[in-house]
Amino acid sequence: MAEVIALFWHFLLLGCLAVGGVSTVMPDMYRYVVDENAMVTGRQFSDAYALAQATPGPNALWVTLLGLLARGWAGALATTLGILVPATAFSLIASALHARHADSPFARAVRRGLAPVALGFMLSSGWVLLRSIEHGWRGYALALVTLALVIGTRLNPLWLLAAGALIGIAGWI
Amino acid sequence: MTPSGAPSAREIFLTFTRIGASGFGGVNFWIRRVLVQEKRWITDHEYLEGLALGQIIPGPNVYNLTVMIGYRFGGVRGAFAAIAGLLGPPLAVLLALGLLYQRYSALPILQRALAGMSAVAAGLLLANAVSLAVALPRRARPWIFLVLAFAGVGIMRWPLLYVMGALAPFAMASVWRR
Repeated sequence: MAEVIALFWHFLLLGCLAVGGVSTVMPDMYRYVVDENAMVTGRQFSDAYALAQATPGPNALWVTLLGLLARGWAGALATTLGILVPATAFSLIASALHARHADSPFARAVRRGLAPVALGFMLSSGWVLLRSIEHGWRGYALALVTLALVIGTRLNPLWLLAAGALIGIAGWI
Repeated sequence: MTPSGAPSAREIFLTFTRIGASGFGGVNFWIRRVLVQEKRWITDHEYLEGLALGQIIPGPNVYNLTVMIGYRFGGVRGAFAAIAGLLGPPLAVLLALGLLYQRYSALPILQRALAGMSAVAAGLLLANAVSLAVALPRRARPWIFLVLAFAGVGIMRWPLLYVMGALAPFAMASVWRR
């Protein structure tokens, strides 16, 4: 139980830092649940992320799946609430303050100043995810092809995920 | 406000249930389609304002937008009705998938499929970051912060709290204008 509570606190902290979306704090989730506490394997971590991409709804909900794999239902509750409680609280406060315009000097500094930092974190997430799969150069190649297809075409990501599953089943990576 | 008056908590819940359930390929698309174009609860301008505000509030952007829209039409009750609607269907699907995964993840065919999907998922995430990075101002400073953030968290694997704490004050000061 103490472990689940510690998991909740860590995700609550990350929930407060997730300016720019939950994918910016993914590397620290990996550090905590895989590297430091061995609650899931690197493989399970990336599987949870991949599965969640193929379901409807906000992508951030993959933390629920991660929590479930780490420590069952209690774990799912811990990671989900950890991320959503700060987001809910800050959004309600912003609404109650009628903070409709995001162009105060402070808000602007947060938005413009933190954008490159958040992008650096997001790139780290992609990197950590790639490293966690351990499938050699073909996996990296598939990720690069995906990147090129997403940027160069308007293909629905679901097709790409399905293609990835088929390529995997065929044993090409 | 809408021509037909404020929607009830029940209506807010049902509307966001639809958005959450059809959110394949990005919830943002469906929020705009349903709330701006179909129901006309908010205008495009308000939608963009909400998104901008969501960018400086920690957490999932669409989630923050959902909370703010729910609150606006139904107070705290409306906010939670919107949250329940948005998260209910996807959570049910996700937890079912999780249970199936726990049961069958040892199957070689599933392992291979997931390995392929994971590589694609990593590519999707990287593509997202790259296309956002292209929009950064073409000056040295933002790129320095981007590289430092990547080096600290991605390469060195330092705790995000420390890297954020070290970079955020300088990153914000570098763009500060009254």
